[in-house]
Amino acid sequence: MNAFVRLTDITRRFASVPPLTERLAKRLTGAKASATVIHAVEGVTLQIAKGETLGLVGESGCGKSTLGRVAAGILEASMGAAELAGEAVMSAGRKRTTRIQMVFQDPFASLNPRMRVGDIIAEGPLAHGLISKADAKSDVTRWLAAVGLDASAARRFPHQFSGGQRQRVAVARALAMRPDALVCDEPVASLDVSIQAQIINLFLKLRRELDLTMLFISHDLAVVRHVSDRVAIMYLGRIVEIGPTEAIFAAPRHPYTRALLDSAPRLAADGAPDQDIRPIRGELPSPADPPPGCAFHQRCTFAQHRCIEERPLLRSMDGTQEAACHFPLGIQHER
Amino acid sequence: MSPLLQVRGLVTQFHTRDGIASAVDGVSFDVGAGEIVGLVGESGSGKSVTGYSILGLIDPPGRIAAGSIKLDGRELVGLSHRRYRAVRGRRIAMVFQDPMSTLNAVLRVSEQMQLAMQAHGKPSPDQMRQRSVEALAKVGMPDPEHRLDAYPHQLSGGMRQRVAIAIAFLNHPELVICDEPTTALDVSIQAQILVEMRALVRDARVSLIWISHDLATVSVLASRLLVMYAGRLIEQGPTAEVLRRPRHPYTQGLIDSLPSRAAPGRDLIQIPGATPSLTDLPTGCAFKARCGYATSACDTPPPETFDNGRVWRCFNPLNVNTVATGSQ
Repeated sequence: MNAFVRLTDITRRFASVPPLTERLAKRLTGAKASATVIHAVEGVTLQIAKGETLGLVGESGCGKSTLGRVAAGILEASMGAAELAGEAVMSAGRKRTTRIQMVFQDPFASLNPRMRVGDIIAEGPLAHGLISKADAKSDVTRWLAAVGLDASAARRFPHQFSGGQRQRVAVARALAMRPDALVCDEPVASLDVSIQAQIINLFLKLRRELDLTMLFISHDLAVVRHVSDRVAIMYLGRIVEIGPTEAIFAAPRHPYTRALLDSAPRLAADGAPDQDIRPIRGELPSPADPPPGCAFHQRCTFAQHRCIEERPLLRSMDGTQEAACHFPLGIQHER
Repeated sequence: MSPLLQVRGLVTQFHTRDGIASAVDGVSFDVGAGEIVGLVGESGSGKSVTGYSILGLIDPPGRIAAGSIKLDGRELVGLSHRRYRAVRGRRIAMVFQDPMSTLNAVLRVSEQMQLAMQAHGKPSPDQMRQRSVEALAKVGMPDPEHRLDAYPHQLSGGMRQRVAIAIAFLNHPELVICDEPTTALDVSIQAQILVEMRALVRDARVSLIWISHDLATVSVLASRLLVMYAGRLIEQGPTAEVLRRPRHPYTQGLIDSLPSRAAPGRDLIQIPGATPSLTDLPTGCAFKARCGYATSACDTPPPETFDNGRVWRCFNPLNVNTVATGSQ
């Protein structure tokens, strides 16, 4: 595949420093104070082709947001390389490109409440010399129109907008940087159902019109299925399965993917209620102390001795679909 | 048979700077004994305020301006604070969305459970311990004996919500109101709690009002659906019927806008516009500005139409293939 966004062996760890009292107590007793290391992302490699949308799915704490931030160049990887069109997104702690931008989950937190919407949108392109000051106004109008907002919105403040409109502003701000790629981190999770559909449609339209490459992060399987060409499933910092959307949803190979699909309530096509959800047992293990072998083995109904001893690597299942499992599921029937 | 809970013409208003907002406006519904009812709507639709009204948790600047709430035939509206406290937590209990803000952060799980039991009786320490362990075990808490000593921050989000649910069920209430109890949780934990909840309701023979914005989640549990929009109950009926053949265009819009209803990559069917402000509602049907079926009739408030267990407030109902059922 011709990779446009290329993440190679990305690892990101966070050192969590124990509270002051604990550090003091340890110092007084002469014990060595040790920081806990959170393994947020461990050795993730993936590519996204030009114009493609990759959905990134996982539960909270699986590292999907951290991976998105590394891809967008707002967080440096501990190890590994994030590249866009062959160039490093970040080097020496600084972001090196404006060609990849990010849309965040909460449009109430991601817009500066003291700035007018027009200034929010124009700030980036002006700072990077993408537009001149004289052009700023017409540029703002252009991006507001692209996201379905009226030009008069430019003079207003974020608090004067509803959640859905604010998310449109956040998208306009990202687009004003003329990006080739967008990282969208749960962009519809905080919106009402009827507004979610509007914003999803907006993303579909922009992707068609601007040929955007997207990393679309969400915990919502139905949303991801709808917008993504390919899907990657993350569990405890690693990708456990990746492949074309329909293949993954029709025949998941990793038991965790299967379990996620079985856990999510769905309405049938004829509107029949979902009476048949099957939960996974247990909870996500701590990323500070990942279990040996396969990180999912404690919750997996198919786990065998080998799963505790040896960590399964991501391997090809049938050309396009890859899964990290010693005992991948055979042909499954869609529920 | 009279229903366990009977709400009639409930109006709950809040005084705001912009005028009076009727967060709940003329809502009527019943909940039968042992029944699970799903209360669905978007933010600002009044679904949570309906729940708070039933629990007597509306404080100034809010007030119940009209209507009646009867539990087992006994009127709750206008009950004194002291009398309401005997009902709340005993006969009606509530589970909130965010267990981190509803549990007391500086009390151990055991202490919070004891407080709930002591509010409605004088159980001995041994009894309390035994009841706490049983309640936690019933909601799928692993190692409940040990978890009693934990503080909320030592538990995961799912475990915290299990504690909140266990507390709600401690005093064997007749009605439990759950306000978006799984919204803050991951899908896998949500699925666990939904399945546990179903068993809990069956075993405890309790009635449940499950408030949620998520139709799919509600459909797992609820046998009947209530749909709210801008403070009004615009549709109710058996879950499968409402989902298959919604009467109100708003319900239809909610269902159609789900990503699972469109072919992948295709545009979703969206409801245009946004929910109107409660202090500035249009006259007549609050949904008419967003509705593709609106006619001049919609400028007057649509009355409730009753038909075979279904109720709707719309002059132009969908999926009614028989002769008009006399709404006008």
